[in-house]
Amino acid sequence: MADEELTEQTAEEAVAEEASAAPERELPEQAVLAAIVEPHESATWQIADDEWVVMVSAGEYHSLAAAALVNGFATFIDLCGVDYFRARPRFEVVLTLLNYDDPMRLRVRVGVDGDEPVVPSVTDVYPGANFYERETYDLFGIDFSGHPDLTRILMPDDWEGYPLRKDYAVGSVPIQFKDAHKVQ
Amino acid sequence: MSDKDTTEEQQDAAVAVEETPAVDAPMERGEAGRRRLHEMWVAGTEERADVRHFTDEGAQELLGDEGPDVLAIQRGTVVEDDYEFDDSVDAEERQIINMGPQHPSTHGVLRLQIELEGETVRRVKPIIGYLHTGMEKTGETLTWLQGPTNVTRMDYLSPFHNELAFSLAVEKLLGVDIPERGQVIRILMTELNRVSSHLLWIATQGMDIGAISMMIYGWRERELVLDFFEKVTGLRMNHNYIRPGGVAADLPDGWEDDIEMLLRKVPEGVAEYREILDENPIFLDRTYGVGVITPAECRAYGVTGPAARASGIDFDLRKAFPYSGIDKYEFEVPLGKHGDVLDRYHVRIAEIDQSLGIVRQILETMPAGDYRTADRKVTPPPRKRIDESMEALIHHFKIFTSGFQVPAGEAWQSVESPRGELGVYVVSAGGARPWRVHVRGPSFAHVQALPVAMTDSLIADAVATLASLDPVLGDVDR
Amino acid sequence: MAGEVSPPGVLLTTLEKGVNWARTRSMWGAVFGLACCAIEMMATGAAHNDLGRFGMEVFRASPRQADLMIVAGRVSQKMAPVLRQVYDQMSEPKWVISMGACASTGGMFNNYALVQGVDQVVPVDIYVPGCPPGPQSLMHGILTLHEKVMDGEIRRPVIHGVG
Repeated sequence: MADEELTEQTAEEAVAEEASAAPERELPEQAVLAAIVEPHESATWQIADDEWVVMVSAGEYHSLAAAALVNGFATFIDLCGVDYFRARPRFEVVLTLLNYDDPMRLRVRVGVDGDEPVVPSVTDVYPGANFYERETYDLFGIDFSGHPDLTRILMPDDWEGYPLRKDYAVGSVPIQFKDAHKVQ
Repeated sequence: MSDKDTTEEQQDAAVAVEETPAVDAPMERGEAGRRRLHEMWVAGTEERADVRHFTDEGAQELLGDEGPDVLAIQRGTVVEDDYEFDDSVDAEERQIINMGPQHPSTHGVLRLQIELEGETVRRVKPIIGYLHTGMEKTGETLTWLQGPTNVTRMDYLSPFHNELAFSLAVEKLLGVDIPERGQVIRILMTELNRVSSHLLWIATQGMDIGAISMMIYGWRERELVLDFFEKVTGLRMNHNYIRPGGVAADLPDGWEDDIEMLLRKVPEGVAEYREILDENPIFLDRTYGVGVITPAECRAYGVTGPAARASGIDFDLRKAFPYSGIDKYEFEVPLGKHGDVLDRYHVRIAEIDQSLGIVRQILETMPAGDYRTADRKVTPPPRKRIDESMEALIHHFKIFTSGFQVPAGEAWQSVESPRGELGVYVVSAGGARPWRVHVRGPSFAHVQALPVAMTDSLIADAVATLASLDPVLGDVDR
Repeated sequence: MAGEVSPPGVLLTTLEKGVNWARTRSMWGAVFGLACCAIEMMATGAAHNDLGRFGMEVFRASPRQADLMIVAGRVSQKMAPVLRQVYDQMSEPKWVISMGACASTGGMFNNYALVQGVDQVVPVDIYVPGCPPGPQSLMHGILTLHEKVMDGEIRRPVIHGVG
């Protein structure tokens, strides 16, 4: 992974390290990005031509999303989960935002701890995150605290397990050839 | 709508697309009659706090009526109806109807629970997942080269866009450059796909609001485009034509003649549709001021593409984040300004013209050269080499059985699909198969925004609103 | 049954044949479009291919009015109970065409979400291969079904209280 250093640290270590390194912390040149990450000590970033990628801890995720909204990233595009399985933290929630006025894409990656993954919900900032968070909950079992209605969305209500986790089997059945005449 | 005094506005509606875009234009149409008003937009405020949570009611069914969010929905909008609406009506007097999942007008297997008060929709709950195919899981079991086979079946009305977004994302990780001809073929096919998808949209939108003849007309022109697809890719749908590294095959001989035929016949057909629909009083009455989504709501709920442009948002991914060299071609981004069903119709009609314009430019400037990258890592050796060389045979065999490795990392790529922003997020762990494939379908956000557009409108308009957002359920449920 | 001496100008046939003929000439389909195949099913009904030639241009939204269910597309675990319910609501005699690879076998999606073959849920008379099958394939499937019904090859026992 590109952010191997980040994922190997626990959130507390990251915060502690950032706090100790805070005085000489460099901010990105882009004023908007700097405004978004500046109040958030755990935030690290990568810059590409048309997108900024910000890695942040789960604790500061919600306020960073709110800061992104204030700084022009008003369009909610996507939210999805990734299961890195053996890495720590195990899960990652990836929020994608878009700025229409000054075309730029912002991707926020949040590491989530494995056993009972919990992330704050951003539905109060971006109402459009509603279905996406439900989908991530449905397929990964990531709990979004503060979501108004966190229920299964794609799978049936009584489904067991979280299909997109890496320890959930694909669920393929052996192919068999059926005797069509017996089907009635 | 009253019949007489709105003639001027109807003409205004017909030319809405040609006019200069005005994002903050007041919404005149809502005042015309019993149609729903958007308090927020009329007031000119686009404050985020005013965007209400329309989609919060219940799991896979509507919850009880007492939650604070639910009350906010009732309070939040002004209702201008023919009859007086009494706020003190008991919840028992409302009825919940269930639409779908097997319903002719839901464009697939969407289920809507609609709470009605008389004829007025008070609450809507989209319930999805009836077509959940586990494609993102299956995508993790297929090699990178097999990936397009999987994603092309997601949004089955714009398969080329799915393939293109996936291929571009993989190429971003690989760092592979595509020869110019390959890129131009990609643009040619995706723009034709936009035409075919919009033609189908006009057909089904017409059918859903009662113009059954539109159904037959729309399919007529669409079949012409599909015939070209079949000639190039071998299939009418689910082509698996655009792949990481280029496209699967070069254009067939004589493709110029087919394109010329399309460029001649499709505009004729579109002119015919406009003759049928543009000034058709029934069509106007069913679409005018119906299913309004404001720009602020588009942003908040992730509504993109023609639906957002109909609301006046001047944003097109082909302009903002050009891909595959589409910025070489001249085209305009048609805009509406009212954000209703009629504007969505006009925007889509205009987009057909613009896409055909791009196709015309491609026809004139198609470069010669290779249609796929020469990078032997992702491209199998040419057929002739396989006959001569054992190594080439083994190489060919390896690419199609074990696949090629993609460097570890993550990439996001979105393209402007006929429905909106189609994004693909791929994560590679360095292997021959993706670690994670996530597709952001525009329809998913559109279905989520349905309650926004439907609440406090008439039940008869629900289907028109639904159809105008053009959700493809394969894209929603994946 | 046909007599040796029949008056000129009168055709004699068995009742069964007559009934089967009537059934095949106006076999109305229930709308059950699910995925990609549904688009091809609609294309089959539209102008170019024109299912009206076989008395089938009417697709009924209500299963009560339909004889034939064309399962067009992939059937998910969530959809399977709905599919069965719609099938149960159709009145006898009824037939099922499984259109496309996904409906027939699960197709390329051999995973947790899909029913691997709609014949696990409803009895299927005709399987139409393809992904998706073109209109010609579907029409071939429909005509094959017509032939089978005419031949009496497919018989549906009427069980009272069911269907």
